[in-house]
Amino acid sequence: MTAASIPATSLRGNPRRRGPERIVHGLFFGAALGSVLISVLIVASLLGGAIDFLRIVDLGKLVADGWYPRRDEFDLATLIVGSFIVTFIATLVAVPVGLLAAIYLSEYANRRARSVIKPILEILAGIPSVVIGFFALTWISPNVVQLFNPKANDFSLLAAGLGVGVLTIPLIASISEDSLRAVPTALREASYGLGARRMTTSLRIVVPAAISGIVASVILGVSRAIGETMVVAVAAGGSGGSQFTANPFEPGQTITAAMAALATGTDQVVGSTAAFQSLFFLGLVLFILTLVFNQLGELVVRRTRQIY
Amino acid sequence: MTAIASAGVRPIGRSGPDWRGMAFQGLLLFSLLFSLAVLATLLLDIVQRAVPVIAERGTDILTRPTSSQPTKAGVAQGIFGTGMMAVFVIAFAFPIGIMTAIYLEEYARDSRLTRFISLNIRNLAGVPSVVYGLLGLSIFVLTLGPLTGGRSMIAGGLTLAVLVLPIVIITSSEAIRAVPRALREAGYGVGASRWEVTRKLVVPAAAPGILTGTVLALSRALGETAPLILTGAVLGGFSTGNKDIIEQIFGRFTVLPVTVFDFARKPQADFRELTAAAIVVLLVITLLANAIAILLRNRFERAT
Repeated sequence: MTAASIPATSLRGNPRRRGPERIVHGLFFGAALGSVLISVLIVASLLGGAIDFLRIVDLGKLVADGWYPRRDEFDLATLIVGSFIVTFIATLVAVPVGLLAAIYLSEYANRRARSVIKPILEILAGIPSVVIGFFALTWISPNVVQLFNPKANDFSLLAAGLGVGVLTIPLIASISEDSLRAVPTALREASYGLGARRMTTSLRIVVPAAISGIVASVILGVSRAIGETMVVAVAAGGSGGSQFTANPFEPGQTITAAMAALATGTDQVVGSTAAFQSLFFLGLVLFILTLVFNQLGELVVRRTRQIY
Repeated sequence: MTAIASAGVRPIGRSGPDWRGMAFQGLLLFSLLFSLAVLATLLLDIVQRAVPVIAERGTDILTRPTSSQPTKAGVAQGIFGTGMMAVFVIAFAFPIGIMTAIYLEEYARDSRLTRFISLNIRNLAGVPSVVYGLLGLSIFVLTLGPLTGGRSMIAGGLTLAVLVLPIVIITSSEAIRAVPRALREAGYGVGASRWEVTRKLVVPAAAPGILTGTVLALSRALGETAPLILTGAVLGGFSTGNKDIIEQIFGRFTVLPVTVFDFARKPQADFRELTAAAIVVLLVITLLANAIAILLRNRFERAT
């Protein structure tokens, strides 16, 4: 009896067992294509609405005193400057705090401290943004914003920006910490072996080695801050529209908050009015902005990543 | 040797206390404690505001519908809507997401199409949630309006399912990728087919990780506000009358985060406290889901 005597047909297996293979394969492939369909539908709906908007709207109205969609005044600069201010303030808070906290967790904290602190940071990350918005309006605004400027409005871009910053801290901390911990211990040991202290090792060896992940975390944080809606919708005011302002102590409007404001009144604006179609135009601007940032993040990681 | 030393090379190690190092460590610790303090302040502030209302009205808040009067308004419709959103996410996003993850990790060859699908999913995960709201508005509310009933619960539920799909796929993929290769090879070695290896070996081994990711995705979905405002969740009062659950699925709805937003916008001071009470209910639900996910993962990590 040799192996050669087994007929080839018996190696093909039981057809009853082979049958499901093809069905399952097809089904799973279909599911995977579903995600591509979603992207196509997103781009199609945004483009369609945005083109309709540009066709209906009097292009001169894209420059006005402020963003008042129900009065047909669509000053884009109001929203872009608003988004920039909120994102800038959020980044100013979240990048140093998130990064320094990540260095502590990765380089200084012992195992037990880490096992307690990391879940707490994850809880902070899990708090719904509308809750952070309420906190920004009712606590950050009177206790922090009005500390700097007692005459500041209850609703302000600064309060919204600080709220978005709080929301972005755990994101930056968690991605940075992952990349810091991925740096091989041998590098740290080599540094200690030369007599370097912990601070020198952290700043001159570990941080530079993890720079790709750190930069990516900052870029993703910025992208997240640009796209954040509810914090600004609750805390920045301007639900009916907003005058152009570059003063963070005043109420204002961002791209995202303008969309939420338009939608809270959709019963009135539904249909083919310019105000309704402007939703899709803003959506497209936001989509492109965040896509550019996310691609930039991927590019940085790919360019600067060291494989250990 | 002495020539180098006298050339002014500083030794790296210095004696005496390392003041700069201590200051640096203090700064790091301060940043970390700052984040924790923000969380503590937020929770304390909200609980402090909520306690008087909760003490006064008790479970009345949980059982009443929304209203324009702060003394009567409750979150019952929001809780029901949020529960139904969970059903939609579990029914649509979980199976499709897990199937996609299995396809990408177990079935797909490393082709250009596969790489495109993966890249596309990563990009979808970075799309702001408000943009998914526009997708829901344009597809589920307007285009499929005759089927979904327009601004209805089903339109909102499907929008949330689409929103968390990339998160479900990415976390499930990671869990499946973490299953040791040897397990699969052992399966193929005894003559199992690909589907048998997947179903009986890979998925059970990856189950805790998949579960963690899906619960996190669910918690994220239940906290979302912006996409549901765009797809027409009701701000303000509405009545469901005597509609049965099927009619409600195709009818108007609201969810807890939208109720919170609605209350937070109201100018009356009494609504401030009611908002805090609604937030407490919302946080209990989302943080419970988060805590379950974190516990599951910690157990899972210890086991491997």
